Amino acid sequence: MNLHRIDCGFVPLVDCAPLVVARELGFAAEEGIDLHLHPQPSWSAIRDKLLFGELQAAHMLSVLPVVMSMGLGAATDRIDALTVLSVNGDVIGVAPDLADRMHQVGVDRNTDPATGVGRALIAAASGPLRVGVPFPFSMHAELLYYWLSSLGLEAPRDLNVRTVPPSNMAEAIAAGEVDAFCVGEPWGSVAVDKGAAEIVLPGSAIWQFAPEKVLAVRHDWAEAERPMALRLIRAMWRAARWLGEAENRLTVSDLLAQPEYLGRPSELIDRALSGRLVLAKNGRPTRLRNFVEFYDCAATFPWRSQAHWIASRWAARTGADREEAVAVGRAAFRTDLYRAALQDIGVDVPGASEKVEGALSVRTEVASAKGEMFLGPDRFFDGKVFDPAETGTRH
Amino acid sequence: MNEANLRIAVVEADRDRALMIVDSLRDAGAHDVTVIGDATGLARRLEDISPDVVLIEISNPNRDVLEEVALASAPTERPVAMFVDKSDSQMTRAAIEAGVSAYVVDGLRKERIKPVLDAAIVRFQLFARMRVELETTKAALAERKVIDRAKGLLMKARGLSEEEAYALLRKTAMDQSRKVSDVAHALVTAADLLG
Repeated sequence: MNLHRIDCGFVPLVDCAPLVVARELGFAAEEGIDLHLHPQPSWSAIRDKLLFGELQAAHMLSVLPVVMSMGLGAATDRIDALTVLSVNGDVIGVAPDLADRMHQVGVDRNTDPATGVGRALIAAASGPLRVGVPFPFSMHAELLYYWLSSLGLEAPRDLNVRTVPPSNMAEAIAAGEVDAFCVGEPWGSVAVDKGAAEIVLPGSAIWQFAPEKVLAVRHDWAEAERPMALRLIRAMWRAARWLGEAENRLTVSDLLAQPEYLGRPSELIDRALSGRLVLAKNGRPTRLRNFVEFYDCAATFPWRSQAHWIASRWAARTGADREEAVAVGRAAFRTDLYRAALQDIGVDVPGASEKVEGALSVRTEVASAKGEMFLGPDRFFDGKVFDPAETGTRH
Repeated sequence: MNEANLRIAVVEADRDRALMIVDSLRDAGAHDVTVIGDATGLARRLEDISPDVVLIEISNPNRDVLEEVALASAPTERPVAMFVDKSDSQMTRAAIEAGVSAYVVDGLRKERIKPVLDAAIVRFQLFARMRVELETTKAALAERKVIDRAKGLLMKARGLSEEEAYALLRKTAMDQSRKVSDVAHALVTAADLLG
């Protein structure tokens, strides 16, 4: 069979695993795709190369397709998310001196971890809190704003979220340019090993089921090359299912460790994959629940309610028209293509395209095409619930 | 300053490269060019300079910091967007292929940006070519080293002259339809394994 070449960009992070697995384990080839993976130095580079056709597909921050369709950022166009590649996986780290002050203040263990750690962080901070994130349009930034503003910090007065490339994060915190960061793995662990930071909280403590990365393509490409888009979705789904098998974990760490992917020790990569992170230099690994998820609980499904949440957060922050933002943002999550791709091969898919976000505290069975679908805990730390049906059209 | 002159910021850590870029921009007009070598606090530096155009290599991870500048919302800040000419996307594509991206302030006319971007594209194409040449030279050197080691091993183990050792490597490579360097590599690896 002649394989159809697809050039796909990725940023060397642990959560590019589905792409690497799809290529290396042959899931892409099974769908007739010759998947070429190209490492990219930044999210803006990946976006521009996607827009100008050097890449047909890309590993992308889940927030980016939504805000690009809203017209935000230095280059905009319609970009679609075909499937979610990963859920959760970010860590929040603070400079060692700030961590010491937090310990002196004391973290309240009688509340949820995000509230306890957040209050200690706010009490220990001197002046406005400066937090580094990899990109302004990212789940990292969303989680920070959600978490700290809910605990009383007002941006930009008390909270200054600024962009720092992940590869510079350890240096930036060591040089005192930022007090804390929210970043994806392995960069949090790299900063810990350098003694530049302590990990104080996983992102999943703020939102238990936050879509982190998606597989993105140009909207016009998805329309013109629909059969190829469906094949990509199937290849990614099979790769995710393989990633979901616990016995494959060490193989994944070894694959990602290769110089053409992350070029980092597999032990470092395995911390995120196993959810056992070293939180402080020379510390013992600590088990973090739901640290990162590739497959279970419909992790790959691009829920329109997730896009809705992202669009309404950005509309509120920029003063954009909420209804319009929500309409274009939701359309960027291609639930329709996902369903078309997977129903063909008998995979169970959710019956609905949106859900109430933050309503589940335990694994719950939900309505689906075949009736075998479970969703995982997806609560926000403050217990609030986001119902798109209520918030979407209210004036 | 002449009204036609643009304030240009070049984000480039390598001093020599920065100077070459500045030179080629001077040829494109009497612009006011500032080089930012140290990307620490890049967003703040750009606020101080308040450039009309920012040039930065696409492979520079600090490009993502410029997105923050693009978000500037206060009335005193000047919104910056990546320069994309919808009527002539060829130029933007050429820039991306050459490895340079330009961010321009809102409302700047295309005719004023074009000469600057053209000059930058030419310069960055040259950098890209130089990099390819450097990598080719490096690879050739590494290959040379492996072949020399393999020759040495053969000379020692089989008592051959240098020419004979090379001839044997070449013949083996031809028989197996492989490259001489691949055969040399296999031999060196085997010798290392056998100690």
